[in-house]
This record gives sequence, C-alpha cells and structure tokens, in this order.
Amino acid sequence: MMFAVHFPYWAQSLLRVLGGLVAVLLPAGTIVYLFLFKMMSFMQSRLGPMEAGPYGSMQLFAEVGKWLQKEDIMPEKADHSIFKIAPLIVLASTFLLVAVVPFGPDAFFTNFETGVFYALAVSSVSVLGILIAGWSSANKYSLLGGLRAAGQLIAYELPMVLAVVGVVIQAGTMNMQQIVVAQNAGEIFGWSGLGNPYILTQFIGFAVFMIAVQAELTQAPFDMPVAESELVSGYMTEYSGFRFLIFFIAEFATAGVFALIASVLFLGGWGIPFSWFGWNNIDQIDNWMNIVGPLIMFTKMMGLVFLIMWIRFSYPRFREDQLQRFAWKVLIPVSLGNIMLTAVLKVVF
Amino acid sequence: MTMLGDRQRLAYIASQAADARLNVELETEGMTLNIGPQHPATHGTLRIICRLDGEQVVWAEPSAGYMHRGYEKLTEVRTFPQVTSLVNRIDWLGSFANEVPFILAAEKLMDIEAPPRAQHIRTILFELSRIANVSLFLGDLGVQLGAITPVFMAFRDREYVLNLIESATGGRFHPNFDRIGGLKDDLPKGWIEETRSVMRKLRTFCDEIDDLLFGNEIFQSRTRGIGVIPKDVALQYGLSGPNLRASGVDYDLRRDQKIAMAWDKVDFKVWTHPDGDSFARCWVRLQETREATLIVEKLLDTLPAGPVMAKVPRIIKVPEGEAWVSTENPLGEMGYYVVSKGDLGPFRVKIRSASFNNISIVPWLLRGVYVPDVITILASLYFILGDIDR
Repeated sequence: MMFAVHFPYWAQSLLRVLGGLVAVLLPAGTIVYLFLFKMMSFMQSRLGPMEAGPYGSMQLFAEVGKWLQKEDIMPEKADHSIFKIAPLIVLASTFLLVAVVPFGPDAFFTNFETGVFYALAVSSVSVLGILIAGWSSANKYSLLGGLRAAGQLIAYELPMVLAVVGVVIQAGTMNMQQIVVAQNAGEIFGWSGLGNPYILTQFIGFAVFMIAVQAELTQAPFDMPVAESELVSGYMTEYSGFRFLIFFIAEFATAGVFALIASVLFLGGWGIPFSWFGWNNIDQIDNWMNIVGPLIMFTKMMGLVFLIMWIRFSYPRFREDQLQRFAWKVLIPVSLGNIMLTAVLKVVF
Repeated sequence: MTMLGDRQRLAYIASQAADARLNVELETEGMTLNIGPQHPATHGTLRIICRLDGEQVVWAEPSAGYMHRGYEKLTEVRTFPQVTSLVNRIDWLGSFANEVPFILAAEKLMDIEAPPRAQHIRTILFELSRIANVSLFLGDLGVQLGAITPVFMAFRDREYVLNLIESATGGRFHPNFDRIGGLKDDLPKGWIEETRSVMRKLRTFCDEIDDLLFGNEIFQSRTRGIGVIPKDVALQYGLSGPNLRASGVDYDLRRDQKIAMAWDKVDFKVWTHPDGDSFARCWVRLQETREATLIVEKLLDTLPAGPVMAKVPRIIKVPEGEAWVSTENPLGEMGYYVVSKGDLGPFRVKIRSASFNNISIVPWLLRGVYVPDVITILASLYFILGDIDR
C-alpha cells in the first residue's frame, strides 16, 4: 500500500531531508534531556537543571545557545582544514546510518536489499572522523584518544557484524524492512500472538550487539578514548563551541540511531504482531501504521537508550588492554558460536 | 637520600637505553607527556612528567611546587595562636587534623596539657576531619576510574560531617578551633545526638561504596595488582598512613605513640592489607573511615565532664626549646618540628606533611605502567596538593 498523494521527486527529497533531520535531532535532544540531564541526576541524588523552562526542559536550548555563542578556538599548530572537517564526518556517519532505518510500511528513507550491510559499513565512517580529530588537534592527549578510539572502534566492529549475521541467517534477508516483517509475521512454535522478535531466539546476538554498541558509542565502561579523568576528553580536548556541539550531537544521535537499528534487528522494529489485525504480509498493512510505526520505534529506541545510559552512569571504565581482550577473547568467540548455532537450527527447523 | 638519587639516575639510564633501543628497532621516538599542572587527575596543580613508549611509561617524575605558599616561612612572622589559621590550609580537606600536631608541639614546649574533655573533643573532631577527608577520596576514586556516580554520594554524605564540624567550630573547611591549652569552645547543645545519627549515615555510605565500587569487577580488575608497593620499598620511601598499612606494615601513630589525645581511651582496629596494590590502599581507607565512625561513637560514650581550656597566660610566650610532634593524619604521618627562641612566635617550623613523602615514590612506582594505570595509582596514593606544596 502506498500513500494516496504522490509527490514530485524534489518534494520527496525535501521531505526526506527534513525527516532525516527530525529522525536524528529529535532523539538526540530527547536523549540528552531525559537521560543525560535528568536520569543521571536522579541516579546521583540531585535534581539536574531546573531553571530553564518547567523542570529544566528548555535547558538544551540554553546549552545550544551557549555553544553557538562561544569563540571558535583552534590550536595554532592544528591542521586547520582537517580539524574543521572532523566533527562533520562524525555527524555525517549518523545521517548516513539513519537512511536505512524503516519507521513504517511506507515511512522509510530508502529501502534496499543490503540495508544491514550498508548500515554496518557506514557506521565505521565515524572512526575516520575521530581519528583525524585526534591527529589534527596537535595535542598529545587528543592523539592518544584518537588512537585508542581507532583501536577500540575497529575491534568492536567485528562482534557487532557477527552478532548481526545471526539475525540475517534467521531472517534470510539483509533488507531491514523484510527483517521487520519476518519478525512480526513470524510465529513461535505455531503461536503467532507475539510474532517472533529475534531477541528471543537471538538473545546472545542481542547481548553482543548491545555491548558492541556501547563500545562503538564510547560510552562507559568503554569510554577509554574520551576518558575525562585521564585524557581530558581525548580526541575532543581541543574542540569548543560549535564544533564541540557537533561532536556532542553526533554522540547522542548515534546512540539513538544504533538503538533504532537494534530495535529493528531484535525487537521487531516499527511493527506490531501481524496476527493481531489478521495481516499476512506487508501489502495488507493499513496506512495508519505509518503514523504509529515511528511512535513504536521511538518507544523501543528510548528503552534501549535507557539501557545504554544506565550502564554508562553505573560502571567504571575498562583499561585499553582489558577492553581489547574482552572484544577478541570473549565477544568474538561467543558471536561466532551464536552464528554456528543459528545456522544449525535454521537447517533443522 | 642517596638511595633516591641512585634510583632516579638508574631510571634515567634505563629511559635513555629504552630510547636508544626504540630508535634502532622501530625508528619511533618516545613522547613526553605532561600530566598536569592542570589535569583532572592531579587534584590541583601537580605536574607529572612522563616519558611514554606508546602508552607505557618509561620514566616519570613528579614536579611539585606550582602551588607553593611558603607556610614554613610565614609561620616565622606569626604568633603561636595565629599559626593554626595558616596550617589548617595545608591539607584542606581535613583541616582540623593539621592544627592538632602544631598545638601539641607548642603545648609540649610550654609544658602544659589540655584538660581531658578538650582532649576528647580534639580527638572527635580529628576523626571527623578524617572522615570528611577520606569520604571524598572514596567518591573521587570512582571519578578517576570513570564511574561518575559515587562522587555525588560522597559529597552528599560528607556534607553531614561538614555540618557537624561547622556547628561545633564555626568553620566548615577551616575550623581554626584548636587553642594552646585546650579548645575555643565547648560542644553545642544537641551535637552529640546529631553526631551519632550522622555516624550511622556514614557507615551506610561506606557500605554503599563497598557494594557499588569495591565489589565491581571492573573496579577490581583496574586496581588489583596495579602499582604494587612492597613492604621494604614503602619503608625506604618513608610512606605513611594508609599507603604504608596497605603494604602490610602495621604502624599507626594513633595507637603506637603516647600522646595527649584520647585514642588510648578506646579500642580500635588498625586495618592493614598484605597486597600493597592500589586496591589495598583504597580498601584500607574504606575500612579506616568505617573505623573512624566507630571511634567517634566510642569517644562520645566516654566523654568526660570538665573545662575545655587549661590555665594559660593571656599573652602566650613559648619558652626556648625544640619540639617534634606528629600525628596520624588522614593522609599519613604529619608532624611539626617547632623551634622557639622564647618569643611570641616560632623561630622556625619544619612541616612534615604526609603527601610530600607519599608522592616521592611516584618515579619508582610509575615505571613500566600504562597511562590509565598512572591515573589509578595517583588516585590510590591519594595526595592533596596543599599537603605536597605547603
């Protein structure tokens, strides 16, 4: 089923750009306010921002205003052009990532066969931005932070990919939209009341994926590259004002987008179990799912980001070598085992 | 001192050799990393110069003095009662504990002793400042290791102790309450009951930190076996306080010396740990905080009645002589060597502060560790900048 109104190409493109901005910035803002400002404060027996707006809800605008007003400081010895590009590369990777996330039966930016593959590929573009941010700052702490980030992000890319392979095997497709459909149209031992969200069958994959996401986002306990208390925020040390704001948005927007991808892969994405309304495939889905779907996605995303932030505010950080050991000696063997198991079960059933 | 010199020379030779080896084998050069003077891990303005090979420290040296305030010299132009307002700024987190050894040294020279009630209250306030000091360490430890939540709990519960100190002395941070011959005032009304309830809160706080931080696997893997100080090395470098006891040396001035304070009136356990690593140092501090709350409660039980001030002349002139008094401060052994020529003020005061000696082990301890462990080790050694630079 398609929208009743057909837009010309330019209008579609404009809508997609605006939709992309909303899909990136709205979750980022919500995450920062709800989790970074409020949840963290409540966990730490304080109130958080209370002055700007009711319960400090306008605090984010105040912060953004502050950052935009700040002087654009750049170290004298920094590689100026590269220094300027770096935060944009990191943010660009977030926008590229959100392009393949489906929000409803027709509410998506693009829908192509190798969506999962594409998502995993563009998610590693941010490594490039972080590495050159660290290198071009002409600061030893930034350099150490950048190198750590590169090592860590590449190490945790692998378990992430391997965790997704299990889902791909089970769904039999790399198309994100079809993965959603496969989960909601699926059944568990003949019972289709819940669909078949892959978190049940792929729980190991889900756990590995979320741990890898935690590391990809450089959130504690894997925040070695930014480590405020030792590297003084690592690759972001020399950034201030507007450029820091871009890094900041990218950090939380990427958290949101990774949570969206995780909810697509493991929690059934935008869908509700098809058996509830007697649908059998994607063509029978009613149009109202294009409105409800994004809301369902948003709810699932918030749940997953809550998990990420909860861990972030609770744990101390790993050391660099412990971090690498955990990736190579625990996560990768576990996810490989998960692939084996999935493949065997796929053949059996 | 020759031993320290030799060690530094050897460390320097080792670093040169490491440089040569690196340049020949890999054609890489070492990097000199300044941790500080402005760095979140140095609690102020300590500078640690590290030569790195990758992320491994080849050679490290602390460079103190960025916050030197010249207290030893300043005491020479103050009268004896005025000195307390200076010296309680040395270790600013446990201020009252800094005043006590100086006052005791002056009392020793004048050959007077504070009345028993004053001694008791002094000891109680001393232990309260220990709790105020070390509870902040327990929270800050989490921040150094990346856990941002415990520090707020530490600040929350430390506030109760500071309120107690304020209500008794009038100053939260710098009480300036100790006088030669006793104390400025007696305790306010209702203070004893309030202290008991706060001590219970503090024990809950210790349990929370024990569960949340010390029981955490990541915390343990970050601190266990990191920065091990063997017993003999700890003794050679003159470590004191929890850093020494964490290396298995059972030495506590509160118990081991006869002094005009009330510690001998109560039984308490001196906690030691055999390992000598970062975890041991943190653990000993945690246990000491808990023990200090118990000491305070026991002292409150046995608080004698009587005056809080002995008979002292209105204008204090300390007779000619020299005296050395040291006590077990929150950071370690702190002592004053006071030389008097019979004037209103001291002729010369030598301050032995714990952090200065504790930090002297850093060049020995930091060789061969990774940058993240530098932070762990510095956090677990626990120094206060004012206590290093004076």
